[in-house]
Amino acid sequence: MSLPSNFARRRHRQKIQEWVIENLLFIAGSLSVLITFAILWVLIYESVQFFSTVSIIEFLTGTEWTPLFANPHYGILPLLSGTFVSTLVALIVAIPLGLTAAIYLSEFAPSGLRETVKPCLELLSGVPTVVYGYFALLIVTPALQKTIPDLPGFNLLSAGIVIGIMIVPYISSVSEDALRSVPQTLRDGSLALGASRFETALKVVFPAAFSGVAAGVVLGLSRAVGETMVVAIAAGLQPNLTLDPREPAATITAYIVQVALGDLPHGSLQYQTIFAAGLALVTLTLVFNLAAHMLRRRYRERY
Amino acid sequence: MSSVSSHPQSLKRHGISRRQLYENLFLVCGFMATLIGILMMLALVASLAHDGIARIAPDFFANFPSRHSEKAGILAAWVGSLLVILVTALTSIPIGIAAAVYLEEYAGQNWLTEIIEINVANLAGVPSIIYGLLALGLFVYQFGFGNSILTAGLTLALLILPIIIVATREAIRSIPSSLRDAAYAMGATRWRMIADHLLPYSSPGILTGVIIGLSRAIGETAPLITIGALTFIAFLPPAPVQTEFPFISFAWLGSPFTVMPIQMFNWVSRPDPAFQQNAAAAGLVLLLMTLAMNGFAIALRYRLRKSLVW
Repeated sequence: MSLPSNFARRRHRQKIQEWVIENLLFIAGSLSVLITFAILWVLIYESVQFFSTVSIIEFLTGTEWTPLFANPHYGILPLLSGTFVSTLVALIVAIPLGLTAAIYLSEFAPSGLRETVKPCLELLSGVPTVVYGYFALLIVTPALQKTIPDLPGFNLLSAGIVIGIMIVPYISSVSEDALRSVPQTLRDGSLALGASRFETALKVVFPAAFSGVAAGVVLGLSRAVGETMVVAIAAGLQPNLTLDPREPAATITAYIVQVALGDLPHGSLQYQTIFAAGLALVTLTLVFNLAAHMLRRRYRERY
Repeated sequence: MSSVSSHPQSLKRHGISRRQLYENLFLVCGFMATLIGILMMLALVASLAHDGIARIAPDFFANFPSRHSEKAGILAAWVGSLLVILVTALTSIPIGIAAAVYLEEYAGQNWLTEIIEINVANLAGVPSIIYGLLALGLFVYQFGFGNSILTAGLTLALLILPIIIVATREAIRSIPSSLRDAAYAMGATRWRMIADHLLPYSSPGILTGVIIGLSRAIGETAPLITIGALTFIAFLPPAPVQTEFPFISFAWLGSPFTVMPIQMFNWVSRPDPAFQQNAAAAGLVLLLMTLAMNGFAIALRYRLRKSLVW
């Protein structure tokens, strides 16, 4: 007599348990959405207060960024130019290296070499960025100074070069996946027509995988834009409206670090500047990430 | 062009050999571009070791930072790193695994799931310093946690959550559905199937993701600077384990802190070469720590791929 009622009670308890667990898991799953909203809320909330004092026109078109001076100016162009130049140098270094490595690994390398190199590239992306910063300031800059004699100790060039080397693994691994997903029949067709392996890789496989390769480059680009410690250590912290990579300059990220190192009162206008700068940074990287996402989706759907 | 028409035979050969030459040139370039990563790694380790190995001594690990470079050490930094990572691990691992289990096993194919998925992908691309700004606005001021170990641990937990979620989902996805069916056939509820079968079988894959995430957290500097981590700390947080009742204290959660990468950043930014030696030594310790963790995770995944045949 007691058996069925025990069974029913257990069933009931199980059902409740399952319901509770499912909801706990759902909460954990939706936390990521909450984080995104929290990021946007914090950045926009503080930025709105900032823009109630400083006009958005001055922010976007001003050529001086001196929020910490007695006579403050709030034009973000110098920070954007610093970010632009360091990113450009990084891409000039990373795109040829990353794409050559990706084509080599996907089309030419013996599988043994590929299996050894890929984990090594992964290891490289685990190196703390502050170590890269040390490398840029104390190894790369002195080396560059031998060829460019009047290069200052802080400059965008060495920071950019090191960021470039840093993002090679991102570019090469995403590009290699894209290249390898090109169907073998395309290669066979090209080889059958008498093209060499190199010509096949360059003129058939690479164009076929182009949007995936572009996604890899854009991902690397967004890493370079958001990179902080290398520029904060090696490029100097002076905002400087310049397109010359030999000069010292601050990027958006370096400015945030500089302010955070000081002791700014919560709620002051200077405190709000880092959130406005952060909002600009998030907008930039969000555009790049969405572009990469769409490019990737395109190459996945093609075959 | 004229030589082409006069000596068609030799031209053809010339054309082929030139194409062969291009291919060989590319092979050399490609090989070198592939090796640059490894060379870079060797250069990093070699330069740090060259500059910093002289400072690596028991004292270096047992001393607080100091104005005198030869007396300065990383005691506060490595203890701080350890405690911060403890908070990060305790929060990010359960939440990350739970989120991944939800997305793989519970979520239906609907707009909400899609939003969550796009979100996780997007969060992985947000620059780390932005997490610092989030933590500054939310944890430090809104929740009033201050610039404490708790704030730092939670900040890094948010940062590595996407890494853990993605790795766990991949691990769960690789488990064949016959295993699920078998568990259900024996009358297991969904949660019992997950807890008793799915999670144990995917644990090596999850572990790999967790280690890679935590090693990333150990090396992160920018978000912790943003929340106001101090660069000069000459004391240790209160010990978590105490001799008196109740033996466990949580006072350390509210303590100010510094971590290894911030200590290194502080030393790098000083013009005095003696401190830069310290920076190299701290960098060497940090680099070897993260490389060891990453290497372990990668080796684990490699073995897993070889040994697992479903």
